[in-house]
Amino acid sequence: MTSEGAAAPVDDVTGISVSHVNRSFGSVVALQDVDLHVSRHQRVGIVGPSGCGKSSLLALVSGLDDPNSGDISVLGARTAKERLDRCAWMPQRDLLLPWRTVLANASLPLENKGLSKAAAYEIVTPLFERFGLAGFENRHPYELSGGMRQRVSFLRTLVAGKDVLLLDEPFGALDSITRADVQQWLKSALDEEPRTVLLVTHDVEEAVLLSDEVVVMSPRPGRIVARIPISLNPVESRREAVTQPDFIAARGLVLDALEA
Amino acid sequence: MSELEGGFESGAVSVGHMLEPRDDPSMTFGQRVKQFAPSAAVLVGLLLVWEFAARFLSIPAYILPAPSAIIATLIKKWSSTLQSATWVTLTEVLIGFVLSLIAGIGIAVILHAWAHVRRAVYPLLIGSQTIPIIVIGPILAIIFGYNIVPKVILVALICFFPIVVTTIDGLASVDPQLKRMMKTLYGTPWSTFKRVEFPAALPSMFSGIRVAATYAAIGAVFGEYAGSSNGLGYVMIQATPQMQTSLVFAAILLLSLISVLLFMLVSVAERILVPWAREGRMQ
Repeated sequence: MTSEGAAAPVDDVTGISVSHVNRSFGSVVALQDVDLHVSRHQRVGIVGPSGCGKSSLLALVSGLDDPNSGDISVLGARTAKERLDRCAWMPQRDLLLPWRTVLANASLPLENKGLSKAAAYEIVTPLFERFGLAGFENRHPYELSGGMRQRVSFLRTLVAGKDVLLLDEPFGALDSITRADVQQWLKSALDEEPRTVLLVTHDVEEAVLLSDEVVVMSPRPGRIVARIPISLNPVESRREAVTQPDFIAARGLVLDALEA
Repeated sequence: MSELEGGFESGAVSVGHMLEPRDDPSMTFGQRVKQFAPSAAVLVGLLLVWEFAARFLSIPAYILPAPSAIIATLIKKWSSTLQSATWVTLTEVLIGFVLSLIAGIGIAVILHAWAHVRRAVYPLLIGSQTIPIIVIGPILAIIFGYNIVPKVILVALICFFPIVVTTIDGLASVDPQLKRMMKTLYGTPWSTFKRVEFPAALPSMFSGIRVAATYAAIGAVFGEYAGSSNGLGYVMIQATPQMQTSLVFAAILLLSLISVLLFMLVSVAERILVPWAREGRMQ
């Protein structure tokens, strides 16, 4: 599992490029003329009111869905099938399989690729140590707390070895204390394993904390109304991060754009 | 499932009890005894009333033999008649049941995988269930003779339908998000079926298999009624005109035991194959 694991030659500069994308479901216009450009290994947070098409946008980028019009390119891949090869998707619910141990859950993408169970476990086991999950390998998901399950779910997404991670409110189901903890964990995990990340969230602080840039979407039909670059000083703890002036200023800009 | 299970309230007391929502595996032995105590007490009470009624209300034994007389007959006729009859019926039930498992799950998987086959076949399958199974017995006996084949087919015919329905339901109700997740994790249709859909359908499938287990003995008896030379149904048909009522009851008791045994086998298999369902945490 390395960041070079994604298939095919990779265009180093263009990460994700979404141009003039429209998507309707029946008479409901979910996305209208959306433009979004994310360079490789950049992390972009997407915030917006409920029903603004954030999740639809992720589905389009991932290749689970195709737009009515417009172009989407993910590291040069344009067709839905090629995009699926480059994107890993992680939804709000952990979607762990209750009949598999945590280790077997995290090994799922490798088994799907055709590796034997043993070979997959051999690759995935060291990652448990690295991501603070050692000792839980043989537990079942129902034995774990929500925060731990979400970490396993993220590890599984990472194991897929894809360059692009699409995180759809990954911590939406967690309580705020657990969420702060897992956010910190995710940040350090991504520092170790750099990926191109689209993070959809309701939580403005989460977006500012975890992203290099925050994109604000309008209520339906979803359009992108603001792009706010984020640059925070690297600090030790989440607590320090959320109290620094740059963070507060950036959060204010995002909230302004949301309320505009 | 509830509408299918609802039809079994008249079954043996223990079977009716076990069809209730799954018991808690963490219970101690003492708690288990406590759980079964009320139904056991009712059973014992009924048997006592029956025993006294048969003895003291001077009901002739050919109309209602006392439980003690039934047990006496069971012991007396065991080696001459009942042992081989039980073995014959048990064989028919087990082979027919295994056949229904293979056919039921196989048909369900095919109907699930190919929507156009499902649209063409599923309504016919449901329609076929309006044919009373008892009328098929003689036809099968004409075609296959008095051997084991028509009985096995009848058992399979009676059992496969609940298995097909619950398996199809289970496969169809897999969380669509799980399937999307598999698509983004290199999942092919086959790996998604193997690793997600089939395991997810198991709990639903097992509720159909448990219902089928209680049907199986009925199929074997119908088959034997239609034409046979041994088996518990054959014993009953022979004993009835000879007024050997206690022998009829002894055969019924053995049939119930076969049903209970099969049901317990299925429950054990479920515990081994679907341990996660007991946790009730299928998100």
